[in-house]
Amino acid sequence: MTIPSKPMLKAESLHKTFKVGSRFRAGGIQHLHALSDVSLEVYPGEIVGLVGESGCGKSTLGRCLLRLYDVDDGRITFKDRDITGLSQRELRPLRADMQMVFQDPYSSLNPRRRVGDLIAEPLRVHGKHSASDVQARLRELMELVNLSPDFLTRFPHEFSGGQRQRIGIARAIALSPSLIVADEPVSALDVSVQAQIVNLFMDLQEKLGLTYVFIAHDLSVVRQIATRTAVMYLGGIVELGETDRVLHRPAHPYTAALISAVPEPDPQGNIKARTILRGEPPSPTNPPSGCRFHTRCPVAEARCSAEVPLLRALGDNRSVACHFPLDGSAAAHA
Amino acid sequence: MPADLMTANPDGTLLDVRDLCVSFRSERGIIRILENVSFTVREREILSIVGESGSGKSMTSLAVMRLITDPNAIITGSITYKGRDLLKLSPKEMRALRGREIAMIFQDPMTAMTPVYTIGWQIEEQLRAHQNLSRRAARARAVELLGEMGVPAPAKAAGRFPHQLSGGLRQRAMIAMALSCNPSLLIADEPTTALDVTVQAQILELLLRLRTDFGSSVMLITHDMGVVATVSDRVMVMYSGIIAERGPKPDVLGGPTHPYTLGLLHSIPPMHGEKPHRLPSIPGSPPAPMGRPAGCPFQPRCEFRMDACASRPPLFRNGMQEASCWLAEKGMPDWAHERAIRAAGEAA
Amino acid sequence: MLLPILRRLAEMLFVMFGISVVVFGIFFATPGADPAARIAGRNATPEVLAQVRHSFGFDEPLPVQYVKVMEKLFISRDLTSFVNRGEKVIPAVVESTPVTLSLVFGAAVIWVVFAIIMGMIAAATRGGIPDRLLMFLGLVGISMPVFWVGSVANLITQSRFHHTFLFSWVPGLGYTPLTQNPGMWFKQLVIPWITLAILYIGLYGRVLRANLVEAYQEDFIRTARAKGLSERRIMVRHALRTSLITFVSMFGLDFGALVGGGALLTEVVFNLPGVGRLTYVALQSLDLPFIMATVMYSSFFVVVANAVVDIAYAWLDPRVRDAR
Repeated sequence: MTIPSKPMLKAESLHKTFKVGSRFRAGGIQHLHALSDVSLEVYPGEIVGLVGESGCGKSTLGRCLLRLYDVDDGRITFKDRDITGLSQRELRPLRADMQMVFQDPYSSLNPRRRVGDLIAEPLRVHGKHSASDVQARLRELMELVNLSPDFLTRFPHEFSGGQRQRIGIARAIALSPSLIVADEPVSALDVSVQAQIVNLFMDLQEKLGLTYVFIAHDLSVVRQIATRTAVMYLGGIVELGETDRVLHRPAHPYTAALISAVPEPDPQGNIKARTILRGEPPSPTNPPSGCRFHTRCPVAEARCSAEVPLLRALGDNRSVACHFPLDGSAAAHA
Repeated sequence: MPADLMTANPDGTLLDVRDLCVSFRSERGIIRILENVSFTVREREILSIVGESGSGKSMTSLAVMRLITDPNAIITGSITYKGRDLLKLSPKEMRALRGREIAMIFQDPMTAMTPVYTIGWQIEEQLRAHQNLSRRAARARAVELLGEMGVPAPAKAAGRFPHQLSGGLRQRAMIAMALSCNPSLLIADEPTTALDVTVQAQILELLLRLRTDFGSSVMLITHDMGVVATVSDRVMVMYSGIIAERGPKPDVLGGPTHPYTLGLLHSIPPMHGEKPHRLPSIPGSPPAPMGRPAGCPFQPRCEFRMDACASRPPLFRNGMQEASCWLAEKGMPDWAHERAIRAAGEAA
Repeated sequence: MLLPILRRLAEMLFVMFGISVVVFGIFFATPGADPAARIAGRNATPEVLAQVRHSFGFDEPLPVQYVKVMEKLFISRDLTSFVNRGEKVIPAVVESTPVTLSLVFGAAVIWVVFAIIMGMIAAATRGGIPDRLLMFLGLVGISMPVFWVGSVANLITQSRFHHTFLFSWVPGLGYTPLTQNPGMWFKQLVIPWITLAILYIGLYGRVLRANLVEAYQEDFIRTARAKGLSERRIMVRHALRTSLITFVSMFGLDFGALVGGGALLTEVVFNLPGVGRLTYVALQSLDLPFIMATVMYSSFFVVVANAVVDIAYAWLDPRVRDAR
C-alpha cells in the first residue's frame, strides 16, 4: 500500500486534562492527564490502530480527534482545515464526514425506536435525502453490513451483540463519511462473532475507501486490521509505525512487554517464556516524572526518571519515545 | 466430617460431575441451560472450561458450588466431591464445604466484594467462618495471605476498601480470600476478563503457582483460548449447554475434533505468521437457551453440517480427546479432507 | 476532617439565613399581609393602626424590620405573641421541645426496629406468603391517615374499652415530663408512639425490602455465599448493611422534619403540648411571631438532619467518603 503524502487528519501535540474531585472535598481538585503531547497523522485509506491498557488515553484521543472533547492545547487539522477552535455549530457539517462507532452499540441505540429510524436519523438530520432516497439508502446500508432489510422494522433489543454492532456501523456509514473512529468496536463480542465484525470493517474499508482510527486493547485484532499502529501508555504515544514492524520488532520496552503478555492459543503455551511486567500503570492524576514507563520498565536507567523521551524516528517508518530503544533483532519475538 | 471421606480417591479424582442438567421453569416452559454435562477434576490439575456467552460455563461452576438460588431451578445428576454427592448435602453441610473445601473467585472483584468493608475484614470473615480464630489471629493471617498473593504493603492494603485498590490488586485480594482456608478446589470464573493484559499475565502466573504452593486444583472458566493455552492441563469446550469437546490441552488446541473448537481457534486473529486476508469466522451467533436447535446445537452454524446432525451426537472418544460430533465417530476428522468432501457435495 | 465540618456549618448557617429571610418575607413583607392590621384587630381606627405599626417598628424599612425581628427572636428573645399579649415566643417553643422530642424519639425507635424486622422477613421470604402479607400490611399502614388512627386509638383506649383490663392502664391524654414521672411519661406516650410509627413502619419496611431484594442481586452476595457464610450473616452483614444507606438518609430527613413540627397531627389528636401543637394553635389565630419562631425552629432541625444524613452517608459508604 502506498501512503499518500498528505494526511487526512493531523493532530499536533494534543493535551487534554480532566478535572476530578472537587474544590470542596478533601484532596481538592486533581488533574487527570489523559493526553500529553500527542501527535498523530492519519492518511487517507489507512487504518491506524490505537492500543494500550485502560487509562492510557486511547479513547480520549479518539474522541478528541473528532472534537467530541475539546483539547486543552494543540491543533487538529481535518482535510486541511483547522478544526481545533470550531464551535459545535461550525462542526456540524463536518460531522457527516467523520463518524464514531462505539464499543457497546446497545447503549448508543435508542431502545424505543426501530432500527430503520435509527439508521435513517443521520440522513434526516443532515437533510440531503428525500423520503424515497432514504428508503433506498437504508436498503443499501443493510446490504453493506450484511443484515436482512426485513430487520429495519425491528427494535434494537431483538438483536444479538454482533447484529447490533452491524446496526451501529450502518448508522456510522450512512452519510458516507471518509473517517471513522471505532472505539473498541469488537471488545464486547463473542470470539466467533468478533471475527465477523473485524472482517466487516475490512470489507467496508475496501468497498468504500474508508479511513479508520481503530481503538482496541486486543493486540491480535489490531495486528489483523491496522496498517499502522500507535501504542499508548499513560497519556502518550510510546511507539508508532507500521503494524508489522511495531508488533514483530518492538522498539519500546512497553510494546515488547505488552506483546509478551498476550496469551496466545498455542497448544504448547506456557507462561515461563514471558516477560511479565510488575505492578500496574500508575495513576494518570500523578504520572511519574521523566519517561512515564520508567517505574515498570525492565531496562530503565537513571536518565529515564529525569528526562522525558520524545517520539523520534527510527528510520524504518517508525518512531519511538524511549531513551534506550530495544535493538530490533534482539527484540524480535521468537 | 469423617476423615476417610476427606481423603482423595485413589485415582486422584477430586470432583466427578455426572449428567449434570440445569433447567429453569418459566412461563414459556422449561428452559434447559445445561444438558448432561459430565467431567472430572483431578488433584492439582487445572481444568479450563471454555465457551462463549450462553454456553453454560458459568452455570456449571455455580451448580458445583450449589449457588443457583432460583427456586425455579431444576438440577439433576450428581456432583461427587471427595466421595460425597454435593447435590445430596444439607444446606448446612454444603455451607461448611463452601469457602473451606471449594472456593470461588469471580470476574469483577469490584462488584464481587462488599463495598462497605475493608478487604482485610472480608478475608477475616471467611477465615472466622470456618476456623476458630481470634480476630487478631485472623487479621494476621489475612495480611500474610495478601503478601503471599503479591500485594505490596499487605498490612496497609488490608485496611483498604475494594474501590481503593487497582483491578489487579483487587483480584489478588479476592484470590487471597478464596485461598484463606486452603481449599482443595478453586473455581475461577473469568478471573482475568476485567483486567488489562499485562495484569492478566500476573494473575495467570499466580493461578499457576497455586497448584505448587497450595496444592489446589483449579477449575477455570473463561472465554479466552489464549488464557486456556497459558494455564490449563485439560480443556473442556462448551457450546449452548453441552460439552462440545474435551481433552488434554495440547490435543484440543493442537488438533481439535469438533468443528466448533476448530472454528473458534481459527477466528482468533494470529499474533504470528501470515495474516489471513479475511478472518475465518463462524457465521451467526450462539443461540439463546430458548432458541436452541434440535439435534446438535452447533449444526446451524457448522460448515460440516450433514444429515446425521439432526440427532444429538454423544461424546465420541479418539485417543485422549472426546467430541460430541458425528464426524468424530469415524475417528479424528481430517479437516482439509472434510472441507474437500463438502465442497464436492456443493458442486454436485 | 475539620474542614468539611466547618464547611457544613457554614452551609447550615447560610441556609438558615435564607430560610429566615423567606419566612420574614412571607409573614411581614407580603403585600396585603399587614401584620399591624392583624394585631390591631378588626374595625381598628387608622390612628390605632398607625400606633401599632410604630410600636412594632412596621413603619421602618424592611431590612431594619428584619434585623429587629431577628434580634427579638434570637438575641433578646423577648418577641411576644400578637394574640396573647405578654406570652414570650422563645420560652414557649423551648418548653414544648421536650414533648415533641419524646414523642418522635420513641416513635422512631419503634418504627426503625419494626421496619427492619419487617423488611428482612419480607426480603428473606420474597415472593412467599409472609412477604406478601407484610407488604400488604405495610401498604395499609401507609394508607391510614395518622389523625384517623389516633382518633380510633383514643376511642378504643380512652372510652370504649378503657374499662376492660386491656386498656385500663391508659392514662388520660396529655404529657408528663420524663423527669417528673417516668412511668406516667411512658404510659401517656406509648399509644401516640405506635400511632405515629405505623405509617413509617409501612413506608420504611417496604423501602428496605426493595433495597434488600436489590442487594441480593449483587455479585457480593454470591461471593458471601461462596465463602460459606450463613444466610443470617449474609442478610445482616452484607445485604442489610449495604441497604442501610438509603434507609438512614430517609430516616434522618423524616426524623428532622418530625422533630421540627411534622408530628403536628399526632400532637393535636393526643393533646400533647409539643411544637406541632404550638404551631397548630398559632396558625388558628395567625399569631405571626409564633408561626415565625416555629418555622425557624423546624427549619433548623431539617437543616441539622440534612447535615447528619450527609455525615452518616459517608460513614456508611466508604465510596462516598473518598469521592469528597
